[in-house]
Amino acid sequence: MEYEAVIGLEVHVQLKTQSKMFTRARCAYGEAPNTLTNPVVMALPGALPVMNKEAIRKTVQVGLMLGCEIAQSCKWDRKNYFYPDSPKNYQISQYDQPICDGGFVEIEMPGPSRNVMGEHRKVKLTRIHLEEDVGKLTHYDGESLVDYNRAGRPLIEIVSEPDLFSADEAFAYLTSLRTHLLYLGVSDCDMEKGQLRCDANISVRPKGQKELGVKVEIKNLNSISGVRNGITYEIKRQIALCQKGEGASIVQETRSWDADKGITFSMRSKEMAHDYRYFPDPDLMPVRVSEEIKKTLADALPERPFAKQERFMKEYNLPYTITSVLCPDKALSDYFESAVKAHNNPKAIANFIANDLLRELSNAGCDMAHPLEGCKIQPEALAELAKLVDEGMISKQIAQDVLVIMFETGDAPEKIVEEKGLKQSSDTGELESICSEVIANNPKPVQEFKDGKDTAINALKGQVMKATKGKANPKMVDDILRKLLS
Amino acid sequence: MAEDKNSIDIDYVANLARIDLSQEEKDRFQKQLGDVLVYFEKLSAVDVEGVEPMAHPFPVYNVLEEDVVEEGFTAEEALMNAKHQRNNQVIVPKVVE
Amino acid sequence: MTTMTEHLFYKTATELSALLEKKEITSVELTKAFIERTKATDDSVKAFLSYDEADALAQAEASDKRRAEGKPLSALDGVPVSLKDNMAVTGQPHTCASKILEHYVSPYDAHITEQLKKAGVVLWGRLNLDEFAMGSSTENSAFQTTANPWDLERIPGGSSGGSAASLAAGQTPLSLGSDTGGSIRQPASLCGIVGMKPTYGLISRYGLAAFASSLDQIGPFAHTIKDVALLLGIIAGHDRRDSTSYKTEIPNYVEALESKKGPWTIGVPKEYFGEGLDPEVKASVEKAIAFYKDQGCTIKEVSIPKLDLALPTYYIIATAEASSNLARYDGIRYTHRSEDTKNAIDVYFKSREEGFSEEVKRRIILGTYVLSSGYYDAYYLKAQKVRTLIREDFMKAFESCDVLITPTTPTTAFKRGEKSADPLQMYLSDIYTISVNLSGLPGLSLPCGYSSEGLPIGLQLIGKPYEEAELLSIAHAFESAHDYSAKHPEL
Ligand SMILES: [Mg+2]
Ligand SMILES: [Zn+2]
Repeated sequence: MEYEAVIGLEVHVQLKTQSKMFTRARCAYGEAPNTLTNPVVMALPGALPVMNKEAIRKTVQVGLMLGCEIAQSCKWDRKNYFYPDSPKNYQISQYDQPICDGGFVEIEMPGPSRNVMGEHRKVKLTRIHLEEDVGKLTHYDGESLVDYNRAGRPLIEIVSEPDLFSADEAFAYLTSLRTHLLYLGVSDCDMEKGQLRCDANISVRPKGQKELGVKVEIKNLNSISGVRNGITYEIKRQIALCQKGEGASIVQETRSWDADKGITFSMRSKEMAHDYRYFPDPDLMPVRVSEEIKKTLADALPERPFAKQERFMKEYNLPYTITSVLCPDKALSDYFESAVKAHNNPKAIANFIANDLLRELSNAGCDMAHPLEGCKIQPEALAELAKLVDEGMISKQIAQDVLVIMFETGDAPEKIVEEKGLKQSSDTGELESICSEVIANNPKPVQEFKDGKDTAINALKGQVMKATKGKANPKMVDDILRKLLS
Repeated sequence: MAEDKNSIDIDYVANLARIDLSQEEKDRFQKQLGDVLVYFEKLSAVDVEGVEPMAHPFPVYNVLEEDVVEEGFTAEEALMNAKHQRNNQVIVPKVVE
Repeated sequence: MTTMTEHLFYKTATELSALLEKKEITSVELTKAFIERTKATDDSVKAFLSYDEADALAQAEASDKRRAEGKPLSALDGVPVSLKDNMAVTGQPHTCASKILEHYVSPYDAHITEQLKKAGVVLWGRLNLDEFAMGSSTENSAFQTTANPWDLERIPGGSSGGSAASLAAGQTPLSLGSDTGGSIRQPASLCGIVGMKPTYGLISRYGLAAFASSLDQIGPFAHTIKDVALLLGIIAGHDRRDSTSYKTEIPNYVEALESKKGPWTIGVPKEYFGEGLDPEVKASVEKAIAFYKDQGCTIKEVSIPKLDLALPTYYIIATAEASSNLARYDGIRYTHRSEDTKNAIDVYFKSREEGFSEEVKRRIILGTYVLSSGYYDAYYLKAQKVRTLIREDFMKAFESCDVLITPTTPTTAFKRGEKSADPLQMYLSDIYTISVNLSGLPGLSLPCGYSSEGLPIGLQLIGKPYEEAELLSIAHAFESAHDYSAKHPEL
């Protein structure tokens, strides 16, 4: 029998705010332990929560971006459970009135090849709610240490419907969701820093069956590859049990992904009595999001990433492959458009960015989540470089070298071309003598060309370019060679 | 749970509340809280059709603060009452998963 | 010195303020008088959990310096005020009368503490209470049982028993308590002093260890209504650190006492005068009603039909909230940690077993139960809805009345140990006070007589939301015409 997997993802995303969700203690990453707390974060007797306006705004922005219904009124609930990383031993969350209801994440499924756009599909969301993060436990032999710096940071939980059917789709979902959130700038979504965390609910069923199988929750999928590998493993495990006729031994449980061993294992359910005793937090008042605020936030939404990609392909006539490099990064695609505005050669500029600039950024060890941060080349300067090529001042090959120098020094391209004497040679006399020399020294391609093999001229051109260190204008070289050989 | 609706499953609830109770305490609470629950039965007869639950004495909305950082504790202040600490962190015995 | 002291410790805060103002005494002299009185009487009253003599005298010195420079911070600059030990003061213990917080020292100030410091008062001792304010007799303190100064065999009421007893014993001229179901008004009544629970939200709860968040409210104890008005004016007002703190103009409560003069329409809710009410208490309250009538007030019988539902509603809501509020006392970050633990789970189970006393455990169990899976709708949600109905009863009564008048407690102070074996009987002693918390209304208790045994009897006045000025004026009218407040126990 053939089986299919059904997957739903619960994604927790840390919102990028200055202060915490329910108190104004600072939010930061990588600070010395327990230096970002106050009475509220430490849950001292008498401490009380007060909401962070910005966290609410950011959550509404996410909801609007993902097509959710924004609740007119929502409230805060306490989720009661004991854990050493949870200072109050309850988490302030939203139980039956999330800020955002429904919605979807548009995903692109893998295409037949890297150069062909895959099919797009909307993955349904159940809800998005806002809550607070917990502290961080570090485990040692026989004991654990707790740092409460992270405790109380605003966290949104984005819950998808069981609307994903393979590890690849789950991966595409997560990638797209991340791109959307990065476009909004509400989070840096760095999984390594725990800014984006993913749990998966996975079940399998015979293909064609409507009812869902027994659901297993997988935790600790702590990296993008972990999500893919962990889900792949779990689906295989469940299908193997079904095929052995042991489908009944799939129990509803929580399992943890062990990335080192490449397996999921059962987390003993004894400690996880799921009776959270949710009740409305009496310390907090409900939230109402006015139509006015909704409209203001909606008007300020950025263009959605897939819409932008489609526009880039149409408006700039760019191939899919290059747009799929530019568009997932809002800053990069904006950079591209600024450059194009300064010099209208989209293709050349896109190539400079996707090939040369990104290579240099990566070699320089830039944070590829924000590759342009600290990039010394302004989009206008890149446009200028493309313009120099288009005006025949330098060759494409030279331009690539100029870009490397621009990247290092931040100097204007003209200045580099001038100082390094890289200007294309347009001296006809000098070029004619070099060409004559090349023709004399390369009888073989000369003969071939004369026998009618037109492409043989390229070998001669290459020799001329070599002799001029690339400074010759390729068009002129072509003209002169043809004239001399005719 | 227990068939008698005025009987608390003390073991289950004490586990949720994370409190060890002696057998004596369990027996006493069972009896006393049973009486209290009988007293609570007064409520079951009340018609609350269409009545809004009251979570706050005075309904106010959107008590929000601007996202502006304020100075908090130093690690020493944060942990001044933590008897078990190392490297400015709180020590807990092994957390069993 | 003895005579000086004697006539200082039962003076009202208003009188002490005048003496300081006229430079007839210094704050240091005053503070010493209360220190001496406390030392002389607290072996028998046991109202104080702790105090720091040197610190109090240093505060007094600073106050005297301000007064000498003609720069007092308020009328109460230099007057001692003592706090129930569930309010945070930087560097001081904050035990909530619980073993679980026995060694905890607060690293921060409550909002009321900040307000009092700004007013220049001398923060005097820390007062006993029922552990985490759970109780009606102060017998549930993990450290000591406070006695009623009028009869040391009797309870002072609770949970703010230390706050009431210390004041009645002349150990402090002002004190603060907290009132979740009557914990200010009931001990005030039983100790023959004035105690007020303001409208929910009038005083910030920031820094008050929570018992039941939607019911808790801090309030003053004093010998007179005027003293209450004075202290209330200092601690009331909006605080952005408490989301339930109400934004309202704070009137000058002292001035309002004289400016607001009836005649008022006074509602008498008949349900408060039925079965269980001690005849002597009833007679005293009826005498008070007659007084108002003589003054030209309109007396109107009103009804709070849902009153008998208040107790179950209260105990469901209060214990549910408490079960969650007290989860933070877990043995991990700052509370007592059991030494007998193998893993993190043990830390919870054993530390809480060792750190909480019986009544607290009982309420946590009850509160956990009413919230647990399958019971939420029948208990918690139902109680929240009934709470709406109870509040509606009150608001309806207030459509035709300025104030409601009731006894504060069904009986005078009972003997120690009398009700401690039967939680339900103990819970019933709050029967007249809890509906005020459920409705969020302001209420106060003031002395209105003494029983044949010489025990104080209290009168409860319940006001409209945020109409504290009116409520105080109405009480002041009664107090000015009687001398109940001038009577003190012999110790
Ligand atoms: Mg979840
Ligand atoms: Zn969550």
